[in-house]
Amino acid sequence: MSVVILVISIFNVEFYAVVPSIPCSRLALIGKIIHPQQVIHSVVHAVMGMLVAWCAAVMTKGKFQFLAVPCTPSESLDDAVPQMCLNEHHLFFLLSGAFMGYSYSLLYLINNMNYLPFPVIQQYKYLRFRRSLPLLVKHTCVESLYFVRNFCVTYYFFGYIPKVWISTTMDLRIDSKLHPLDTLTGLLDLSLFYHAWLCGVFLLITWYIAWLLFKIYATETHHFPVQPTFAEETDQCLPKILNSNPPLIIKFLALQDLMLLSQYSPVRRQEVFSLSQPGGHPHNWTAISRECLSLLNDLTQRLIAQQEAAAANGRVKQPAGELKVSPQTPGALVTEDMSFQSQRSNIAPRASMSSLVKSSLMPLKTSPGSDVGSPFSSPALSCKMGILDVNSPWHGSVQSPQVTRRGPKLWTSGSDLQMNGSHHESFPLLSAAGVGSEAVQPRVIYTWLQNKQQQIKTFLSKRVLIMYFFSKHPEASIQAVFSDAQMHIWALEGLSHLVAASFTEDQFGVVQTTLPAILNTLLTLQEVVDRHFKLPHVSSKPPRISGSLVDTSYKTLRFALRASLKTALYRITTVFGEHLNAVQVSTEHKKRLQQFLEYKE
Amino acid sequence: MCSLALFPPPPAPGDITLYEVNNSLVCGRLHEQLTFQNQLADLPVLSLPKETLKAHSRLEHSTQPAFIHHRESLWKGCLSAWRDVGLCGVLKEIANAEEEGLQWVKAGSRYLLAVCHWLSSLHGSLFPHLSLTSEDMIAAFSQAVDWAGCTIRAFAWHPHTSKFAVALLDDSIRVYNSNSATIPSLKHRLQRNVAAMAWKPLCASILAVACQSCVLVWHLDPTSLSTRPSSGCAQVLSYPGHSPVTSLAWAPSGELLLSASPVNTAMLVWDVSTENCVQLQWFGGGGVTYLAWSPDGSKVLAAAPSAVFRVWEAQMWTCERWPTIKGRCQTGCWSPDGSRLLFTVLGASVIYSLSFSEYRGEMQGQVGGSKTASIVADLSETTFETLYGEERIGGEIHSMVWDPTGERLAVIIRGHADVPESQTVIAVFRTRNSPVFELLPCGFLRGECGAQPQLIAFHPCFKKGALLTVCWSTGKISHIPFFFMSAHVPCTSSSPSPVIASTSVCE
Repeated sequence: MSVVILVISIFNVEFYAVVPSIPCSRLALIGKIIHPQQVIHSVVHAVMGMLVAWCAAVMTKGKFQFLAVPCTPSESLDDAVPQMCLNEHHLFFLLSGAFMGYSYSLLYLINNMNYLPFPVIQQYKYLRFRRSLPLLVKHTCVESLYFVRNFCVTYYFFGYIPKVWISTTMDLRIDSKLHPLDTLTGLLDLSLFYHAWLCGVFLLITWYIAWLLFKIYATETHHFPVQPTFAEETDQCLPKILNSNPPLIIKFLALQDLMLLSQYSPVRRQEVFSLSQPGGHPHNWTAISRECLSLLNDLTQRLIAQQEAAAANGRVKQPAGELKVSPQTPGALVTEDMSFQSQRSNIAPRASMSSLVKSSLMPLKTSPGSDVGSPFSSPALSCKMGILDVNSPWHGSVQSPQVTRRGPKLWTSGSDLQMNGSHHESFPLLSAAGVGSEAVQPRVIYTWLQNKQQQIKTFLSKRVLIMYFFSKHPEASIQAVFSDAQMHIWALEGLSHLVAASFTEDQFGVVQTTLPAILNTLLTLQEVVDRHFKLPHVSSKPPRISGSLVDTSYKTLRFALRASLKTALYRITTVFGEHLNAVQVSTEHKKRLQQFLEYKE
Repeated sequence: MCSLALFPPPPAPGDITLYEVNNSLVCGRLHEQLTFQNQLADLPVLSLPKETLKAHSRLEHSTQPAFIHHRESLWKGCLSAWRDVGLCGVLKEIANAEEEGLQWVKAGSRYLLAVCHWLSSLHGSLFPHLSLTSEDMIAAFSQAVDWAGCTIRAFAWHPHTSKFAVALLDDSIRVYNSNSATIPSLKHRLQRNVAAMAWKPLCASILAVACQSCVLVWHLDPTSLSTRPSSGCAQVLSYPGHSPVTSLAWAPSGELLLSASPVNTAMLVWDVSTENCVQLQWFGGGGVTYLAWSPDGSKVLAAAPSAVFRVWEAQMWTCERWPTIKGRCQTGCWSPDGSRLLFTVLGASVIYSLSFSEYRGEMQGQVGGSKTASIVADLSETTFETLYGEERIGGEIHSMVWDPTGERLAVIIRGHADVPESQTVIAVFRTRNSPVFELLPCGFLRGECGAQPQLIAFHPCFKKGALLTVCWSTGKISHIPFFFMSAHVPCTSSSPSPVIASTSVCE
């Protein structure tokens, strides 16, 4: 029994993820199910289920205890030697255990149970556990009922296969006196059903408790020191962790801790605002704010790319006038990046990031009038989308016809480059070269290819079955874009609380230097998010399932992001008030800030 | 300790309290008030008499009476009863069945039904409020003095701007804004029997409404000119077993919403944008009737329908339990820094004070309350000899508000129902929280003839002192300013002008 729990816990630990993976089409879902990792998961769970069922059977005693039992003595007494017969009840039990293990594993995948949702409010572990216990028991009872029902149906149809197999391999007879279980009358045995259900409840409760405890322990708040007391602890302090690239869970915990400290702990806030002892540089604040801002900027870029993809998708047929909107936004963004960069040009990751974005945006800027269908601008566009998405979970969903059709060569080369090593500096060259070569290529071949692909696509789309598998669920792809938004929400909350607290607590004025950059980032993100919510399907809410054990909060993270972004801006404007007029921001943003000051957003 | 005997005598009948200046309340006639209000600010003085409101358009809860009764089979009836009401419904359906030949089933279900009734009455005798209908329950626990009969049922100031929402008897909500002429009127199918409202802090226009069956969250566009926002702007937050909702509280940081129902022992913590909720279960007490979040966001008062209340600490969500001797906690309010809680209990005409150790983020999971509550004011009945005769004032305290600067405390004192001459009045105290807590009498507020105070609320960022808004039983909403110089500026967004302005007024 303890072995089982140990194995299950190991699997919980191995498979957890802070960012849920959301399959965008049915094919992706099937692909996930037959993924070798998932197959191993399922097989091991089935074996473990069988083991638990065996334990349960042994504990129950009675007619379930052994696989082989002496046959009931037949009337003809010429059989002197008592024969061993197959105990079908025992077999039924074992198989039901295996079935439940497999079903659990399948549901684990489908419901994204490996996703670790962070709690809305902080509570002690015991209280959190106690709070979820009634729900867990209820959920288990109901689910076990469904599993047993499904298993009975399966056994009714396929039960004879294992029965015959076991009886032949172990040389056991099938007792002809007893009712075979794969008939209707055999399965209508209430005691058998009850025992199977009880075994299922037992199995699921132990597994779910292991899962729940893991979840509670993994998402427990961790206290990262802001300033290292000893030299050895330097690697564990908050600014260091935020700026390095730790496993995602540690990054999440660090951001959560940042949010909590900024909200509740004046002492630790003071450490953030403090200056370094020799030199007097605000290293802590610089590191924290830089990381938060780069996170938020990444999100902005991603959303812009997504919007452009959506715009291009919608208007493939009428390319002219499509770029009316986009040249302005990237332009504004680039200038913003420039200003930001000029402040701290020595920061390597920022610089490379902005250069990357700029390089891909350059063609757009130079030829704003040209249509997107021409080979001059489209590779750049698709390039950019490819690059931005390689590392994000959105990777799967981006394979829209737009990208796959246009310049697939460039896209792969771009991503290969990204994979091989982060030589961002060389990228502009390559991009420029790619644009050049694309321009040199004879246009005839290109159009021919395009036509061919169009034909294949229309041919395929007529086949209903293929469409069924390939059609993307709009809701799922939107969820995928915002799947790691929890990180951004905490960054927003932490940053805004720190800035608001700095109004009274920041003695050296370290926050003032970054305030324009923070405001710029937040306002740009606000614009982009506003525009994003105007896309189809984004602003409609998925139906809420209340009182379910499985957390589905990742489905509505985009709304949380929008709300906390607005709250963050209001938090800053409410505290600073009229003083914000002295902060240097662009006139457009100034107008927006005025709206916030008047509570009209 | 402060008592009513120390108060200046109430103003003469016919006079209306206009404002406070130089530490004394100024009274005057009605026309003076009008001229005065004009120069005060552009706050609307409203009159919402009962007659202008439309009565309930439909009294029935469902559309059932509009259709011809259709006889369905017992099986179908049971199914629908199970869906609508649950086990009791099924039993009732079977017991009332007209089919023959099911005598023993019918008898059995009748017995079971009797057992159910007996059990529920047992439960009701433990917690008497559970036997009330939901409307009576709201009326009993609402902060409004006469919730059932008055036109104004709930009132809420926006925490940052001059904007307020008024919930009316006809289940509509009107939003008044001093800067705009449009008055949005909010109506929703589920918006019935509004008990409380709360604006989301750090947000332009999100209003949470506690209704009979759910919590509605209205997302209003502050720049919109429409007077009738569609019900699509409202987000419905419902949870099984959590109705009627009688109190709401937003976290001052604007992220979480608390909702409470006297029927449900758990209070719910909502993450409104994702519609996720966490139950904070605490058995005993029978439910939660009133919530007050301290202005610094560190603690929450949760009153129960029985003689106990709790103070939650809002970081790790642990609580301290406070049993009271006399009765349930009726109302409570926090000092601006969250270090002191004033509360009153039903059946005692005194104000209790409870101090908390100063909040620091390091002491996680501790509420830090003092051992006992102390009595700071005695508001038992006192007779005032005035030129116009004898007036008896005093009794139980119905609701209590503290202004954001922490210098004025307004209290609605409800007279005894059986004594005709005792009346419901508003008493105002001058308060100081540091270095020592002080409560000094200021005076009584009087409205028009025959008008009883219904609801009181302080403007959250009045720059020249404090501004008390009073909703009267006649449907009138008036604003009474208290001009004083405050060390604590309520809204940090305000310019330094209030100090100058208030000094000029004082001179």
